[in-house]
Amino acid sequence: MDELESDKHVKYILSIEKKKDDVEALLMEHLRINGAYWGLTTLDILHKISAVDPEEVISWVMKCYHEDCGGFGGNIGHDPHLLYTLSAVQILALFDRIDVLDAEKVSIYVAGLQNEDGSFSGDMWGEIDTRFSYCAICCLSILHCLNKINVEKAVNYIVSCKNLDGGFGCTPGGESHAGQIFCCIGALAITGSLHHVDRDLLGWWLCERQCKNGGLNGRPEKDADVCYSWWVLSSLIMIDRVHWIDKDKLTRFILNCQDKENGGISDKPNYAVDVFHTYFGVAGLSLMEYPGLKSIDPAYALPVDVADW
Amino acid sequence: MDYFRAVYIADERSHRSLSLTTEVIHLNAGNYTVWHFRRLVLEALNVDLCLERDFIDRLAVRNSKNYQIWHHRRWVAEKLGTEASERELEFTKKILDLDAKNYHAWSHRQWVLQALGGWQNELAYCDKLLQYDIFNNSAWNQRYFVISRSPLLGGLRAMRESEVGYTILAILANPENESPWRYLRGLYQGETELLVSDNQISEVCLKILKTNQSSVFALGLLLDLLCYGFQPSGELRGVIESSRNLEAGSADSNLATSICSILEAVDPMRSNYWGWRRSRISSQVC
Ligand SMILES: [Zn+2]
Repeated sequence: MDELESDKHVKYILSIEKKKDDVEALLMEHLRINGAYWGLTTLDILHKISAVDPEEVISWVMKCYHEDCGGFGGNIGHDPHLLYTLSAVQILALFDRIDVLDAEKVSIYVAGLQNEDGSFSGDMWGEIDTRFSYCAICCLSILHCLNKINVEKAVNYIVSCKNLDGGFGCTPGGESHAGQIFCCIGALAITGSLHHVDRDLLGWWLCERQCKNGGLNGRPEKDADVCYSWWVLSSLIMIDRVHWIDKDKLTRFILNCQDKENGGISDKPNYAVDVFHTYFGVAGLSLMEYPGLKSIDPAYALPVDVADW
Repeated sequence: MDYFRAVYIADERSHRSLSLTTEVIHLNAGNYTVWHFRRLVLEALNVDLCLERDFIDRLAVRNSKNYQIWHHRRWVAEKLGTEASERELEFTKKILDLDAKNYHAWSHRQWVLQALGGWQNELAYCDKLLQYDIFNNSAWNQRYFVISRSPLLGGLRAMRESEVGYTILAILANPENESPWRYLRGLYQGETELLVSDNQISEVCLKILKTNQSSVFALGLLLDLLCYGFQPSGELRGVIESSRNLEAGSADSNLATSICSILEAVDPMRSNYWGWRRSRISSQVC
């Protein structure tokens, strides 16, 4: 069986920072903080976070901060958004430097995005999605400020997005999708509300996501993709049903998506690698207790030694 | 990009700024800050939003999985109001013609129906997509959305009988299709007694198992029925027991246990799940 090419993945992640001029860099520019979070977390799981200078990262993160409102943009000079506010808080948590934040101010920004029905908007423009419910709840929990929102309403909104297959969609009636399920289950887990979930029904749907090649897909009849190793596995762990899938086959699928020469992991075997799928692959292996990796918290998406608040 | 940054920082809401945002969006349609600024400019200049809609029409085909475009589209449609409904449904149809499972398009479509209306032809649209690809889970989901939420159809209960018929035909045509099996269960959500007592349900399982003894979904539904208290016919019992005898030779305590053993063998990737199901069968189950 293939092995995890840890050193090469570390090298790959560190190299991304250096190439800033290509097309990929342009397309990633507005969500750089998101990429930084995935890359840094991967390094930490691989026990190599020491390869980066914390001060450099933290001062850059704080340049993405909007002092006027309390939110973070995806990069310097970009508008604040909940997605990037969570990434920023996660990065600071990774370095145990939440103290550089005005937690009160950030949590007011996040809480201000809750709507009357309990849902959350991503920013002032009002797009609503259960992804944002997760971002808000995860972020506030890390900041110890969950009391700033109406948790009951937030939970009820998520529950209203539950479908006949036990899964969850982006809004009420939206199709079940493993990524949305992660967000909903994560938010419910953090708020201690998993009793709203039909664990057996959802667990069965999630383990039906394993395809013949061992990989997981995100919806019926879609191709397996490494990212679902994270979304599906973390959800299964949170509802305590992860033993229902074939871990050996999934491990082999992930390892088979590595670029064994230059490092990085792709979505499917022999496709181009990227930092997101490198995280999803490594984190998925960590969830399956692959030897030599730090374990990761399935709800907070941070190494467990970080997520012990 | 530098010109854009300059007008953005100066907060210059002019026609020049508008065309700069167009340029930057063509380079990277994911740049949400540019979209934000564009909306401010559109509002300030009071631009005819039908033109903006045309702009998105042209962009969307190449960027159909881009969150910003869909959100912008909704912003425009919301401002245009109910008369935009038909155009929006047509727009999502165009995207779904290219990728019938596009999550954003479905999400937009559901929003259009609920916010702007246009439910009249939606069930027929689902049917058309399912005729084209009966495995399309998104279309099955939309079908459930329509029968349970359309103000024109009377809700799930009123639709149940005809939907059960429709779903059974789909199952018989492709028994390995996960979606209609789940849809069928969904038609009886919260009413397991009705599910158990409706003969059509056990009959479709029997019919399929007669031709394919190892049909995972038929066995799975039958297992659920038994666990809910269903009393199997002699014929059904015979079909299961004969396939169980092919698998092993050992006698099981009841039919549900036999089904679990078959499932463990024919669906090895999920053998832990089926083993767990077996461990939970109570002694009252047939
Ligand atoms: Zn992926």
